[in-house]
Amino acid sequence: MTVETAAQAAYIVAALLFILALAGLSKHETARAGNSFGIAGMAVALAATVALAIAGDISTTGLILLAAATLIGAAIGLHRAGRVEMTGMPELIALLHSFVGLAAVLVGWNGYLHVEAHPDGAEAALLNAQDMLGIHSAEVVIGVFIGAVTFTGSIVAFLKLSARIKSSPLMLPGKNALNVGALAAFAVLTAWFVITPRLWLLIVVTVIALLLGWHLVASIGGGDMPVVVSMLNSYSGWAAAAAGFLLENDLLIVTGALVGSSGAYLSYIMCKAMNRSFLSVIAGGFGIEAGPADAKDYGEHREINAEGVAELLTTADSVVITPGYGMAVAQAQHGVAELTRVLRERGVRVRFGIHPVAGRLPGHMNVLLAEARVPYDIVLEMDEINDDFSGTSVVLVIGANDTVNPAATDDPTSPIAGMPVLTVWEADQVIVFKRSMASGYAGVQNPLFFRENCAMLFGDAKERVDDILRAVTAVTPAAMHR
Amino acid sequence: MIIGVPRDPHPGERRVAATPATVAELVKLGYGVVIEAGAGAESSFSDEAYAAAGATIGDPLAADVVFAINPPPAEQLDKLAEGTTLIGMLNPRLDPDLVAELARRPITALSMDAVPRISRAQSLDVLSSMANIAGYRAVVEAAHAFGRFFTGQVTAAGKVAPAKVLVAGAGVAGLAAIGAAGSLGAIVRATDPRPEVADQVRSLGGEYLAVESAEVEVSSTGYAKQMSDDYNERAAQLYAVQAAEVDIIITTALIPGKPAPRLITAQMVASMKPGSVIVDMAAANGGNVEGTVAGEVVVTANGVTIIGYTDLPGRLPAQASQLYGTNLVNLMKLMTPEKDGQLVLDFDDVVQRGITVVRDGELTWPPPPVAVSAAPAVVEKAPVKVAAAPPSKTRGHVLVGAGAAVLFLLTALAPAALRPHLTVFALAIVIGYYVIGHVHHALHTPLMSVTNAISGIIVVGALLQLGHGDTAVTVLSFVAILLASINIFGGFAVTRRMLAMFSRS
Repeated sequence: MTVETAAQAAYIVAALLFILALAGLSKHETARAGNSFGIAGMAVALAATVALAIAGDISTTGLILLAAATLIGAAIGLHRAGRVEMTGMPELIALLHSFVGLAAVLVGWNGYLHVEAHPDGAEAALLNAQDMLGIHSAEVVIGVFIGAVTFTGSIVAFLKLSARIKSSPLMLPGKNALNVGALAAFAVLTAWFVITPRLWLLIVVTVIALLLGWHLVASIGGGDMPVVVSMLNSYSGWAAAAAGFLLENDLLIVTGALVGSSGAYLSYIMCKAMNRSFLSVIAGGFGIEAGPADAKDYGEHREINAEGVAELLTTADSVVITPGYGMAVAQAQHGVAELTRVLRERGVRVRFGIHPVAGRLPGHMNVLLAEARVPYDIVLEMDEINDDFSGTSVVLVIGANDTVNPAATDDPTSPIAGMPVLTVWEADQVIVFKRSMASGYAGVQNPLFFRENCAMLFGDAKERVDDILRAVTAVTPAAMHR
Repeated sequence: MIIGVPRDPHPGERRVAATPATVAELVKLGYGVVIEAGAGAESSFSDEAYAAAGATIGDPLAADVVFAINPPPAEQLDKLAEGTTLIGMLNPRLDPDLVAELARRPITALSMDAVPRISRAQSLDVLSSMANIAGYRAVVEAAHAFGRFFTGQVTAAGKVAPAKVLVAGAGVAGLAAIGAAGSLGAIVRATDPRPEVADQVRSLGGEYLAVESAEVEVSSTGYAKQMSDDYNERAAQLYAVQAAEVDIIITTALIPGKPAPRLITAQMVASMKPGSVIVDMAAANGGNVEGTVAGEVVVTANGVTIIGYTDLPGRLPAQASQLYGTNLVNLMKLMTPEKDGQLVLDFDDVVQRGITVVRDGELTWPPPPVAVSAAPAVVEKAPVKVAAAPPSKTRGHVLVGAGAAVLFLLTALAPAALRPHLTVFALAIVIGYYVIGHVHHALHTPLMSVTNAISGIIVVGALLQLGHGDTAVTVLSFVAILLASINIFGGFAVTRRMLAMFSRS
């Protein structure tokens, strides 16, 4: 057994551990074990690679640098992970994706510097003998391209999610032509680079990819971010797989393909939930069907105050809460959780209905509710809860809009027509928490607000929830004893 | 201002336009209320109860506003003072004589049955509130005349089959009838030219029978409209088949301002089983059933009872009075913006404009049409695209086939050294797809952050490139390792943190 064969064996073990990690993450019961499998797999992979490096011709300086880079990276990563607010999770994940993308670009460049930059060197000669030099060049370009798209795409997603830039979609004239043009240029340049590997070609490809990544995500609006983040996750996997081909490393290929295909499938699930075409997401910019500014008469909306809501809630048999991005923005999840607890203590059946694309990240609402200690078995997804609305006394819509819009099912001319929505209007009474009567992300007016059984509670969601909580506990002070 | 509520002099009318509960509401709006003695007697509301709610007993026709049920007879109209506002179900669409009669007088007349069907005006819509009661009562009348159970039973004395009920027209009355018949245990079927009501029918436990026709109705007023000959022919076939099968038929088809459409012919009635019952809720407008006599019960030669009562809501007088009275209170709320007991008629409001037949002696009927926002103004029906679903399946197969072909070519043409990598790559893609196939929706975020951490595996590539002499390579690898490490450690740590939060109750 040499170091090489041992490392190969360790890679197989690591790859299996990663598969177990992903499989474990699909159920609550096994999720933590899944995460541990992932950590174990990573540890095995790193140990094997370091052993390989030491057995190879790595210099002492190299070893010190390796340790330093890992330690600094670990410190930054753990620090960020420990401090991040759960509402800031989407930004963090987008930022982490960009790191993978950048790392893939750097690995690709190294591949070039190592081989193609020295056409008369030993490596190049070896590859040439295997008839692999051209393949290697192609792998360099492809790896750099995917990595760079992931990098700038994730950076833009990060900036949008953290509200550092406007989240409205960028509308460049001929955007589709730009995207297709970039891909065509990439194909031509790849072929050129395979024939004559020149440094400037690689630079041009990198720049084009960086611009393409930026443009793809910039043309997608904030409301569609869950799909984008999931898609970038997939891209980062493909970037790793491309690096694997470059370095002839099966572990990278396996892991990258795992992440890439699972991320793509997850995005596909999201797209189906929004009734969007999967292809148009990958192509970037699918929030383009801006709704016509309609001056329809929807009638008048009714208002209600916190005390009124408290009264409704305490007399209700069953309550469903459907949160949206507004709850995350207002950081209202703790108040909502407390309200849930108080109502449940009084025998009111409280459940949560989560639309698949609520929030800015797949499962965003679930994470926030979990942070606030809402038991996960009362948090249901759209398909589980939709049939139950007709038997529900009160629905609280907290900071959601398009995901509860009846126009999606009723009005075939609506820009969101056909998107599955939470059918909250079938409940006896709907209370909508909203800052004002402005329309939602999709720019579509919501006829729900004007329904007979709907009342509006205006103001900051967190403050209003706290008001309701005060009013509810005031009704019977006994509930205040914990 | 004073609101007067007379006793309705029409024979058989048992409703009253205000109840003690609605009187209290009207008083709250600042009005005084005068009730004619004995006005609520038939609805079981005593004069004392009205007085207790704040009304006085006196002459209602001298009041500033008069609440009626049906159009008052000429002798009552003559007693109205100049400037009086008369509110009632005046049926101006079908009764031009009455409209002329009203316009001769210096009064204002508002017709509650002309409220436009927009969501904001739902609380004033007496047609809905009365139809709801009528639908319920139609089932009760049918059950009364029907010599059998509605529900199916298995008893020691033998098995009883459930009654089969067909409801024609799934408007408010039809839906109420479907719900009532269903709750008595009958098997309920319903027809309606508007396919969008199918879900409403099902939600009440009925079965929707669609008429197979290319014509799909979209009405911009929210009411049914007249259908084409082709549609009617196909509908007739459907009714003929159903008539022979069901025990009870309840018809509710009305088209505003037109005679009721004839749905059930004498021949269909003759095909029904003896003892069957038909309730024709459109009897007042000519009837949906051949042989209906308005206001009467007819038994045909083959023993089918046809009920043509035109006062179905009035047969639940206490309930009907309460709902009608509440509709009037809601109108008063709309027309008393200051809550000071002063009636203000705002012609800019489509609801108030829509119900005004006469304003200060000047004829204002008919009002301009109001489009209901609930229905799309124009729906271009392209040739129906049924082809949408199947191609997606074939497309899936084509995609799989294309993928397999590409993989085949790629592997076959690849140099030997690349082949094992391609194999591993293809298999890993499939595993990745299946491994998360049934991921719980709540775990999307943790899954994503774990895959993100795992994709930090790219560090392996950077590690292998580090320290091979070339300074540029070393620097780039160093940065790559640093970034990937942030990813790995951050990703796993944040996942762990998130997962620790998920707890079961």
